[in-house]
Amino acid sequence: MITDARWALADGWTVARRDLLHWVVQPASAIFGLIFPVMITLVFGYLFGGAVAVPEGANYFDFLMPGMYGMTMLFGLSATMVAVTTDASKGVTDRFRSMPMSPSAVLLGRSIADLLHSALLLVLMLGTGLAVGWRPVNGPGQAMAAVGLLLLLRLALLWAGIYLGLLVRDPGAVVAVQTLEFPIGFLSNAFVAPGSMPGWLGAIAEWNPLSSTVAATRELFGNPSWGGESWVAQHPVLMALVWPLALLAIFFPLSVRAYRQLERR
Amino acid sequence: MINAQGLRKVYGDRAALDGFDLEVREGTVCGLLGPNGAGKTTAVRILTTLLRPDGGRAEVAGFDVTRQGGQVRRSIGLVGQNAALDELLSGRQNLELFGRLYHLGARRARVRAQELLERFGLDDTGGKPVRTYSGGMRRRLDLAAGMILSPPVLFLDEPTTGLDPRSRSEVWKAVRDLVAEGATVLLTTQYLEEADQLADRISVIDAGRVVAEGTADELKSGIGGDRLDVVVRHAGDLGEAAAVLERIAGGAAEHDPDTRHVSVPVRDRIAALTEAAAALKSIEIEDLAVRRPTLDEVFLDLTQKAEK
Repeated sequence: MITDARWALADGWTVARRDLLHWVVQPASAIFGLIFPVMITLVFGYLFGGAVAVPEGANYFDFLMPGMYGMTMLFGLSATMVAVTTDASKGVTDRFRSMPMSPSAVLLGRSIADLLHSALLLVLMLGTGLAVGWRPVNGPGQAMAAVGLLLLLRLALLWAGIYLGLLVRDPGAVVAVQTLEFPIGFLSNAFVAPGSMPGWLGAIAEWNPLSSTVAATRELFGNPSWGGESWVAQHPVLMALVWPLALLAIFFPLSVRAYRQLERR
Repeated sequence: MINAQGLRKVYGDRAALDGFDLEVREGTVCGLLGPNGAGKTTAVRILTTLLRPDGGRAEVAGFDVTRQGGQVRRSIGLVGQNAALDELLSGRQNLELFGRLYHLGARRARVRAQELLERFGLDDTGGKPVRTYSGGMRRRLDLAAGMILSPPVLFLDEPTTGLDPRSRSEVWKAVRDLVAEGATVLLTTQYLEEADQLADRISVIDAGRVVAEGTADELKSGIGGDRLDVVVRHAGDLGEAAAVLERIAGGAAEHDPDTRHVSVPVRDRIAALTEAAAALKSIEIEDLAVRRPTLDEVFLDLTQKAEK
C-alpha cells in the first residue's frame, strides 16, 4: 500500500511536471493565461469602477480585488476541463493508461499542475492588487487564511473540471462551460450587491459558492463587504469551507469513477 | 505470447467484437488485416488493457488482460492510433517523460531517451517540439516510446496509416529491426501489402471476428492467385474466348455478357499472357491483362465464404 501511494505521488508529480514544462516550452500562451485576469481587473477597476456602486466609503479596488481573486479561481474550471478533454481526445490519456504507472497519477498530476498554476496566478493577482492600491488590513495570518479559502475553492472546481472533462468528449461542450463562467461570476457578490438584484436572483447570488468565498476573503482581508441579512450571508467563512468541501465530496468520487469507466467505452 | 478466445465487446446493439480468437506465437509477427470498423482497434484496446471485454478471455505474455492488467502493462508497448505523444514537448522530453513513468528514474530515463533517439534516427531533431515533426518522424518516435522497456510484446495499431510511401518504408524498417531482436508483434493494418511485408501470419478480421488465418501466400492462393482478364468487342465472341482461356489456364472461366468480360485464374502470369495474346488473334478484343488479386478481392472472397 505504502509503495502504491509513493508511486502515485511520484508519478503524479511526473505527470504534473509535464504541464510545468509546457509553460517553459510555450511561454507565450502561459503568459497570456496569466495576463488575462490582470487585464480583466484593470478593465473593471479603471473603466467600470467609477460607475459601479460600492459599499459606503470604500475604495473601489479594496472592494473589487477579493471578487477578482474569486473570479480567477472560477476561470480555472474551464482551464482544467480543456486540459482533460484535450489529453483524452489526443490519446495521451490512453498512452498513460497503457503504461505500468500508478493509475491514480493521471488525475493526481492534473490536480497538482492546475493547483500550482492557480497558486501562481493568485500570487500575480495579489501583486496586481497591491500595485493598484488594494490592502489587506487584518494582518498576515488572516490574509493567509483567505488565500487558503481561495485555493480550496479552486481545488473543488478542479475536480468538477476533471469530471466534466472526462464526461464530455466534445470540445464544443468546453466552450459552453467557458461561456457560462462570466454569468456565474456576475451572479454573485463579486461585483454587485445581491441585495440590489430582483429577489429570487439575489437569493441565487447569495447561495452561489463563489459568493461565500468572496465574502469570506473580504472579511479575512478586512476589505469592505455588502453584508446581508440572510443566514448564508451572515456565515461567509463557514460556508467558504462547506461549499468547496461539499463540491469535493461530490466531484472527487465522480471523477475517479468516470476515469475507471474509460475502460468501458 | 498473445492468446484471445471468444472476445466480445458490444456497443449498444452493435457488436464491435463477436467471438474474436487470436493466437500469436513468441517471436512472430501477426498481421491483423481488415477494413475500417472491422474491430481491429477494439481488439488492440482490449489486449492492451485499455478496454474491458464483455465476454471471452485473453492473455498477453502469460497474464490475463482483465485480472492482471498491471503485469500486462509491464510486458507491452503500444504504438499508433491510441497512444499519442505530447505535441508541445520535444521528442527527447517525451521519451524522458515516459521513461520516468516506466519508473526508470530521472538519470536512466535520460540515458534511455538518448539511446532510442539515436537508434530511431531522431538524434538531430530530438530537441524540437513534436508538433514540428513529419508523419514518419512522429511514428518513429512513437515506436521509440513503445520500446522504452524493450517489452516482449508490441502492439502496432495501423502504424503507417496516412504516411507517404517513403515514411512508410522507414517505419517498416524500424519494425523489422525490432522483430529481428525477438519481439512478438501484433500489427493491425488496412493494407494487404503491409501485412505481406511484415507479418509471418495474417488474420483477416471482419465484423468483429477472424474470418481467415494463414501466411500471405496461403491467403492469396486461397482465392486463386493471379487472374487473366479479357474484354471482347462483340458479346457473341464470349463463348469462344472463354474456351480459349480455359484451355490455356486449365481452370474454369467466369464471363459476364454485360461487360463482355472473361476472367480466368492463372499460375504463370507471363506465359499465360503471351499464349492468350497469340490464341485470341482471331477474336476482336479490347483489353487483355494479368492482375494480382486486390485486397478488396481477398477480403470480399473471405467474407463471402464466412457468410456461407
